[in-house]
Amino acid sequence: MTYQFDFGWLIDSLPVLLKGIRITVQLILIGAVFGVALGIACAWVRALGPKWLKPVVATYVELIRNTPFLIQLFFIFFGLPSLGIRMSELTAANLAMIVNLGAYSCEIIRAGIQATPRGQFEAGASLAMTPFQTFWHVVLVPALQRIWPALSSQIVIVMLGSAVVSQIAAEDLTFAANFIQSRNFRAFETYFVSTLIYLALAILLRQLLAGLGWMLFPRKASR
Amino acid sequence: MTEFSFWDILRNLLLAARWTVVLSLVSFTGGGIVGAALLFLRIGGRRGMQFLSRGYIQLFQGTPLLMQLFLAFFGLGLFGIDVPAWLAACVALILWTAAFLAEIWRGCVESIAKGQWEASASLGMGYLQQMRYVILPQALKVAVPPTVGFSVQVVKGTALTSIIGFVELSKAGSIVTNATFQPFTVYGLVALIYFALCWPLSKSSQLLERKLNVAHRNH
Repeated sequence: MTYQFDFGWLIDSLPVLLKGIRITVQLILIGAVFGVALGIACAWVRALGPKWLKPVVATYVELIRNTPFLIQLFFIFFGLPSLGIRMSELTAANLAMIVNLGAYSCEIIRAGIQATPRGQFEAGASLAMTPFQTFWHVVLVPALQRIWPALSSQIVIVMLGSAVVSQIAAEDLTFAANFIQSRNFRAFETYFVSTLIYLALAILLRQLLAGLGWMLFPRKASR
Repeated sequence: MTEFSFWDILRNLLLAARWTVVLSLVSFTGGGIVGAALLFLRIGGRRGMQFLSRGYIQLFQGTPLLMQLFLAFFGLGLFGIDVPAWLAACVALILWTAAFLAEIWRGCVESIAKGQWEASASLGMGYLQQMRYVILPQALKVAVPPTVGFSVQVVKGTALTSIIGFVELSKAGSIVTNATFQPFTVYGLVALIYFALCWPLSKSSQLLERKLNVAHRNH
């Protein structure tokens, strides 16, 4: 192997990389917040929601979980304009991430709710709480606490999956890497550096979510 | 300009879906073999080996598959090989699958009670014998549902190989869209074909889990 590695381009390309990182972080922050919110709403429907809505949510979850994120993204960005729904690349990317995470987190949160003893619902009812109040105040928080590690992993997976949004020209980290390597012709080094950045982001996000779990669910709540 | 009927679109997509299936099978088989090797190193190998395989798993689980594909595509090229897209796709997907399968299987092996290791060790079995005759037969039962479940991720993962230019279902979708200007129909069909491939796998994973009664054994 006679190839000479060259990382000299790194300094000049730093602003582009940083902008890419910023967009990726922004995408996952918005995606995580709204995605988990959507997941909670869907989990509520599947546990206690109106009967007619249940099959709708079940279909949504199954459809999303069994198709690639890339195709969901293409469908939203290229397919929906045929119905007159147009949006910018970033909006489409965000929407795709929210819809994707919503389906996965619905399944995860549902598992947490199913693990809640029946008595909790009954106890809530005996205190004259409405089913929704019971869900919100009694069931949801312990359920979230139970599945927090799985939910965190899923958020990290969605963050890593967001590398694909470069394909609809949303200017995330991968887009930045593509842009840089088309200028410096140092494809391997460029992708190597951005892979390391993704790794760092994944580790950071994992720590952040672990810390958030620590804050949201103090120990005493569980035992 | 030629007109494309619905049937033309569907036929072309289905023809391309063959390659999605082939690539999935290759990745899953290859990933299974590499993953098994990783598993053996991860739980039984020497310290250094354990450390290495743990690092490998962390690395591949902590970086986007897309980046791994790019690195395989451009990295193999550094050795002076002319890398076709299918080769880079296979290499990256096998390595990626291996990392996840090794981690899934590790969980299954660790779910086997410690006494089983000790009992087999007291019978004078070596590490490989313990694995072969005592641990793996039990772990296998636990491992089937999550392994089948992960195969769904592999099928969906193959969609990314379209980005480095491997013509499978997703790439065919883009090509057909460019020819027909009917993105809604085409991507809708592509999604449905993926669904038809993945849904039976998801469902059978769920059914197997219920049948083998693994998840609820402790209730």
